[in-house]
Order: sequence, then C-alpha cells, then structure tokens
Amino acid sequence: MTSLNLEALFQSKIDEETKIEPKDWMPDAYRKTLIRQISQHAHSEIVGMLPEGNWITRAPSLRRKLILLAKVQDEAGHGLYLYSAAETLGANRDDLVQQLLTGKAKYSSIFNYPTLNWADIGAIGWLVDGAAIMNQVMLTRTSYGPYARAMVRICKEESFHQRQGYEIMIAMAKGSPEQKAMAQDALNRWWWPSLMMFGPKDAESSHSDQALKWKIKRKTNDELRQQFVDVTIPQAEYLGLTVPDPDLRWNEEKGSYDFGEIDWEEFWSVVKGNGPCNKQRLQARNKAYDDGAWVREAASAHAAKKEQRKLEPQLETKAA
Amino acid sequence: MMNDSLIKYLLQLADNALILGHRLGEWCGHAPEMELDIALTNIALDLTGQARSLYQRVAELEGIGPNGARKTEDDYAYLRDAWEFRNTLLVEQPNGDFAHTIVRQFIFDSYNYYMCRALTQSRDEWLAGFAVKSLKEITYQLRFSSEWMQRLGDGTEVSHTKMQAAIEELWTYSGELTTPNEVEKEMASKGIGVDLTKIKPEVEAKMAEVLTASNLTAPAGIWMQTGGKDGKHSEHIGFILAEMQFLQRAYPGQEW
Repeated sequence: MTSLNLEALFQSKIDEETKIEPKDWMPDAYRKTLIRQISQHAHSEIVGMLPEGNWITRAPSLRRKLILLAKVQDEAGHGLYLYSAAETLGANRDDLVQQLLTGKAKYSSIFNYPTLNWADIGAIGWLVDGAAIMNQVMLTRTSYGPYARAMVRICKEESFHQRQGYEIMIAMAKGSPEQKAMAQDALNRWWWPSLMMFGPKDAESSHSDQALKWKIKRKTNDELRQQFVDVTIPQAEYLGLTVPDPDLRWNEEKGSYDFGEIDWEEFWSVVKGNGPCNKQRLQARNKAYDDGAWVREAASAHAAKKEQRKLEPQLETKAA
Repeated sequence: MMNDSLIKYLLQLADNALILGHRLGEWCGHAPEMELDIALTNIALDLTGQARSLYQRVAELEGIGPNGARKTEDDYAYLRDAWEFRNTLLVEQPNGDFAHTIVRQFIFDSYNYYMCRALTQSRDEWLAGFAVKSLKEITYQLRFSSEWMQRLGDGTEVSHTKMQAAIEELWTYSGELTTPNEVEKEMASKGIGVDLTKIKPEVEAKMAEVLTASNLTAPAGIWMQTGGKDGKHSEHIGFILAEMQFLQRAYPGQEW
C-alpha cells in the first residue's frame, strides 16, 4: 500500500471511532504528538508529587496525612503507567526522563507554583485535579487505545482526589477565621494558574487543529476552560469564597459564565522557565536522580551477579 | 494500674510506627527510583495506619478524661511533647542517604516482625487481633528491607561502603528494640506484651542471616543507646514534632 493509502485508512479508522493500537500503522507525526503529550503528562504527575509532598510531614491530622500520602503515591503510579503507555509507541522511559531532567521536555506549569499553606493541598485537589479531570475525561475517548485505557483508570483516582481536595476546602472555609483566610489565600493564588492549565487560547494554540482531526483531543482549550469555570464557580460559592476575578459574571444569554482575561504574559513566562518554582522543581528531580544513581547501579550490579551465580552454582553459595 | 501500663505499652508500639512512617514520608517524591517512591510510601501508609489503630485503642481505654472529653487519635500524635513520646531512638534517626534509610528499616523490621508474630498470642484480645492484622504488612516490610540490604550490600563497591557506614552509625540503636523496659517486663509477665528476651535470639539470628547474605558485618561489642521508650530521646525528636505538630499547635482545637 502507498503511504497515501495508509494515511487514508488510518484517518478512516479514526473517523469511525476505531481505536489505534500499538502495532497499527500510524503517521509519524501522530506518533510523535502522542509521545510528546503522554510523556508530558507523565512528567507532570512526577513533578506534581513535589508541591503536595511538601506538606506530607505537616498534614494536620493522621487521616489527612494518610490521604495525602496515598494521593502522592497515586501520582507516582500514574507517572509509571503513562511512561509505559509512551513506551508502547516506541519511546524509552529513560530517554523521556532525561528530557525532563535536562529541561528539554515540558510538564504542566501549574506545578511551578509553591504550596504555602495547608489549604493549598485542598485547592490543588479541588482546582488543579478538577481542571485535569476536564481534560482527562475527554482523553478517555482519545483515539490511541493504550492512552485512552490509561486515562479511564487515572480518571477514577483523580476524581477521588478532587473530592478529597474539595473536602479539605469545605473544612477550611467553614472553619475558624484563620482557616477561612487560608482557604481564600489558596484560592487567590491557584485560580488563575488553574485556568492556564487548559493552555493557550484556541486562536493561538499550535497543536490544536491536527490533534482534533486525529481525535487525540476532542474539545478545544477554550471549550474545556469554559466548562471548568462553569462547574467550579458554584462550588466556590458554596464555600463562601471569592473568586479573584472582577469580570466574572453569569451570562444568561449563553447560559454560562463570562470571565476575565488570563494574564498571558505570566502564562508564557512560566512556560519559559520563569515561574516561582521552575528551578526548584527541576533541581529536586535532578537531585533525586543523581543521589539515587548509586542505588540503581547497585541494584543492577546485584541482579547481574545473581544471574551469574545461578549459572555457576558450584562456585558461589547462593544468597538467601 | 493495669491500664496505665497497657496504655504506655500501646503508645510505645504506636509511636514507633508513627515516627518511622513520618520519616519515610519525607522521601515521597525524592526516592532513587519511582518504584521506590511507591514502595516507601506504601510502608509509610501501613505504619501510619497501624499508629492510628493503636492511638484509637488508647483513647478507648483512657475513656472520658478529667475535662469531661474523650481524646482522639490526633491528640496523641499532635499534642504530646518529646518526653511523652515512647518510640525507640532508632526510628527518629534522620533518613540520611538511602543506605541509612534501608539499614534503619531493616533493623526495625527484624525486631518488629518477631515482636508482632509473638504478639498474635497476646492474652489481650484486641492486641492479638491488631497483631494478626499487622503481621501481613510487617512481613512485606521485612522482605522489602532484607532484599535491599542484599542488593546494596552486594551490589557495587560504592553501595557496599555506604551500607557498611550506615550500619556502623545506626547499630548503636539496635539494642534498645530487644531490651525490655519496666513497662514491657510487666506486660510480658501478664501475657499481654511480648517477652523481648524470648524473641531476641530470633531477631539476632535473622539479622545475622541477612547481613551475611549481604556481605555486611555488624560492629561487635559496641555500646547500645537506650532511653526512647521511656521518653529520653535524641535531639531529632524535637524537630520532627515541630514540623509534624505545627498546624495543631498554631491553630488549636480546629477541624481539618
């Protein structure tokens, strides 16, 4: 078959909603786009462990501590799961991790913001996981099979995280004046970065059209962002907190909220590496990797020796 | 004062689990491999869960206090000061490098496994049930740390050196685990607690077995530090509590 035919067949599969599987023919650009997107998602899970991990030792109750530990652990699991999905496309986990460590690969900018008070852990669950879910629910129907299936599993855990985050916000917003102030402070800092998670406006998004045609994405950035705002504002109202947007109002005619303009200068600045924690996040990942090098080397050396001993049982007494 | 000793005994068990779980939680996101992040967090979750059960049991036994209120699990974790914590010195030692974390874990697990196994025979029905439930988790923990002892002891020259150094540093805290204090003696004599003198040979045999397989050696005839079980701690405990208790201390009496 000519590559033109292959491409037509590929697109017809997509059009009739047949999932693309690892061994199927796919255009190089489709493969590359998916590797980029899935690995960015994996990196985001791994870097995302840092701002939340920052509060594990200070969680205010044993119950909250357990929930937070379990949540950060889930994120490590999601990271591993997503790296595996990327490997089904021919990528290699070590290479992908290297791209993260050298700063070549991107991850979600949201994790370049600091967690400053306990309510941030609530706000991350509520807003950041909430925004992620909008995106990920869409991705459960993405055209690439392994990615779609990974998303089904991840979405279940993410929605659990979001509920737990909102539960923290409820406790704080209905608590003492100091707790309410923490909750408001967290909302003030996380609101706009959460809206930025959906990416540039449709008019300026470089990857959007092709991704929609290939059904990697099924909704545009702006559609998802609007959906998020519409779902989240009533939740903020229930908490009795003020969303830090003077232009926010209900638009009766379109049946959804109008909201103010995102500070795109800040958005691009954080993407380019100038967010409050970009450097610290990469440093932390690099430190973990460098400090752990001797452990990984020892583990493979031991595995090799063990293999060797199996082959020469007469020379070595077997390790227990 | 039967209950008084039982409460102290339960707090010893609980505080070991809480403080070691806290230390392991410090690794979260910083471990040498993502798989290890997951494994260390698993152990932290299990230990913290065990601590919760034990604190809840203590609260039940203490009943309604002089102020007319019942204590909660969080009162024990967040509102006691250093001298009231009854964990062993070993578990409050810093994570150090991964070798220190593994050696600390292995020493603790060797004790904890045989202690917990014996505790399943406790005359106290609740404690026996708790031990049965926890033994599965603790068996996994001992397997995990034993395997890593061997990987790192046997792996490379670098890893071997680091492991031996960690053993030299931490071994002084190993003796306390199997040296009974007055509370443990009383509880053992009543058939409620574990007779540490009985499990000591098993613990030592297990340690020796794994050390040999790991090509590592324990320092001989060294001084063993004690005191943690009676509230006399190392300086590390203060910083652990300062961090752990910050919110409960700064904003008392709130729901979180």
